[in-house]
Amino acid sequence: MDFINFLIQLLNSVQYGLLLFMLAAGLTLIFGIMGVVNLAHGSFYMLGAYLAWSLAGTLGSFTLAIVVGTALSVGFGLLLEKVLFRHFYHRDHLDQVLLTFGLIYVFEELRSMLWGDDVHGLQVPQALSASIALTDTLSYPVYRLFMSGICLLLALGLYLLISKTRLGMKIRAGAFNHEMTEALGVNIKLIHAVVFALGVGLASIAGMIAAPVSSVYPNMGGQVLIMCFVVVVIGGIGSVRGALIAALLVGLVDTFGKVLLPEVSGMLVYVLMAAVLLYKPEGLFKQ
Amino acid sequence: MSAPQIHIETLPRSIQLVLLLGLAALVAFPFVGSDFYLAMVNRMMILAIFAMSLDLLQGVSGLVSLGHAAYFGIAGYVLAFVTPAGEPISLYTSLPLAVGGAALAALVIGFLVVRTHGIYFIMVTMAFAQMVFYVFFDNKALGGSDGIFLNFRPDAVLFDLENKRVFYFFTLGCLVAVYLFLRRLLWSPFGRSLAGIRVNEHRMRALGFGTFSHKLAAFTLAGALAGLAGFLWAAQTGFVNPELMGFHMSAHAIMMVILGGMGNFAGAIVGAFSFEYLLHLFKDLPQIGNFNTGKHWQMWMGLFIVGLVIFAPKGILGLLARAFAQKEANDA
Repeated sequence: MDFINFLIQLLNSVQYGLLLFMLAAGLTLIFGIMGVVNLAHGSFYMLGAYLAWSLAGTLGSFTLAIVVGTALSVGFGLLLEKVLFRHFYHRDHLDQVLLTFGLIYVFEELRSMLWGDDVHGLQVPQALSASIALTDTLSYPVYRLFMSGICLLLALGLYLLISKTRLGMKIRAGAFNHEMTEALGVNIKLIHAVVFALGVGLASIAGMIAAPVSSVYPNMGGQVLIMCFVVVVIGGIGSVRGALIAALLVGLVDTFGKVLLPEVSGMLVYVLMAAVLLYKPEGLFKQ
Repeated sequence: MSAPQIHIETLPRSIQLVLLLGLAALVAFPFVGSDFYLAMVNRMMILAIFAMSLDLLQGVSGLVSLGHAAYFGIAGYVLAFVTPAGEPISLYTSLPLAVGGAALAALVIGFLVVRTHGIYFIMVTMAFAQMVFYVFFDNKALGGSDGIFLNFRPDAVLFDLENKRVFYFFTLGCLVAVYLFLRRLLWSPFGRSLAGIRVNEHRMRALGFGTFSHKLAAFTLAGALAGLAGFLWAAQTGFVNPELMGFHMSAHAIMMVILGGMGNFAGAIVGAFSFEYLLHLFKDLPQIGNFNTGKHWQMWMGLFIVGLVIFAPKGILGLLARAFAQKEANDA
């Protein structure tokens, strides 16, 4: 593999890793702070992709679609938290698995009723449709760089929110000791709602910006959910930093595996997970 | 973090009676039911074995595996691989091979997963099952995404499994044997230590129990029994594909165990029958106007599951036991 090819694969793996991080961050936060395992997290990714596709069609602008789509998904997240998830924070994990598995079915059918079962493509916006020529024959699409850029910005924002703001301080306190935080007068219910909606929003944005690249299709949340589980297990549940490093690691292994060892590429990520489990059963950055 | 589930380990007389009546109905069924329903009930019995094997982990030991279908599928594939194209293979070589294959896979994966706890266990079992899924899905040599057809059911010499009724009774025999074996196991010292691990693993370790080896043994045994179910499934349907070890199959098994009631194996049987019947019911719903209600079966199943967790977390047997208890209280 020459240097240019290596560079392209490296950029691809970083882009994939960052996209996974957007989903895994929400998953790991929701688990770390509320103790809920959410199998339906992949559905929010699908929701985002379908929202981007349908809103871009109606509103005529991809940017506007992302803004409106984000607002809609955050609202949806808040509603879902209030109606269902709130009542499951203290329930057994098994009940949570069951609830969220049932929700996967419900969301898939709602998607089918609202938007049908066809595969849809979404145009890359005009302004980002160019490619940067690397050699005479190889080039790299600007849109993929844009995706990585958005993910990096959001990751940075998430870091600042959690470690530098008052709200973030309360979130960390809530994760550390739920009862004590509440006793100190923090509205923990509000914190939970915010964290849940944040997770839904991140997953949905990931789906929206991925839509032009991956296309929009039924059950698109399932595959990505399992990858996110792998990321969360490797990174350590509850650790956002762990999720970032694990997501980049998974992105690297998956992308380079497909190029270098195509016969076993489907397995490599899981082998990585097995190796981490042998070495550290609680993940690399267990909090 | 997770509250211990309340279990019905000893079955009240009333429920034992219901189970015996159910067994009588299963014995009588082939003489009254049509071929279509015979095949359906046969599938239900196989899934009941599968659900019981999961209950050993989920209900008895408190290990929620979201990847149990992997062992179900592996055994089915083993049968598909060892069955030659032109003739049947002996039951007495293929069954141990299939069950052994599933047990071996469960032993290897179990070695990695039982060192994790709670939520990790759920995620890791799911991820490894997905790995197994992709091994078969991606490799043309292993059947790929299309799966493999089996031309013959295994040859049992003494009886003819190609006969639908004989196969039905063979499955029923397996079901009863597995149930009795697991009920016996539940009250053995091994079963008691598994229950102890569910309730408080730290205390069990402090008492000197090797919880790792106990959990690994349970995981392997559950994998082997899931393998028995997968073997029967492949023999009955004559076809295996990666869906058998997919995420949905694993989740359905969890659903069956919960639906019936965990930790006593009878619930798993009741749950498997009810779940499959519901699935059949939902898929068969009529067309209302231009809205095909049967096509959207996932919606009804999803809502049913959500309702179940909210309103009846102890399952059908839990409801039954409560109803019987209430009746006794009223009679007294």
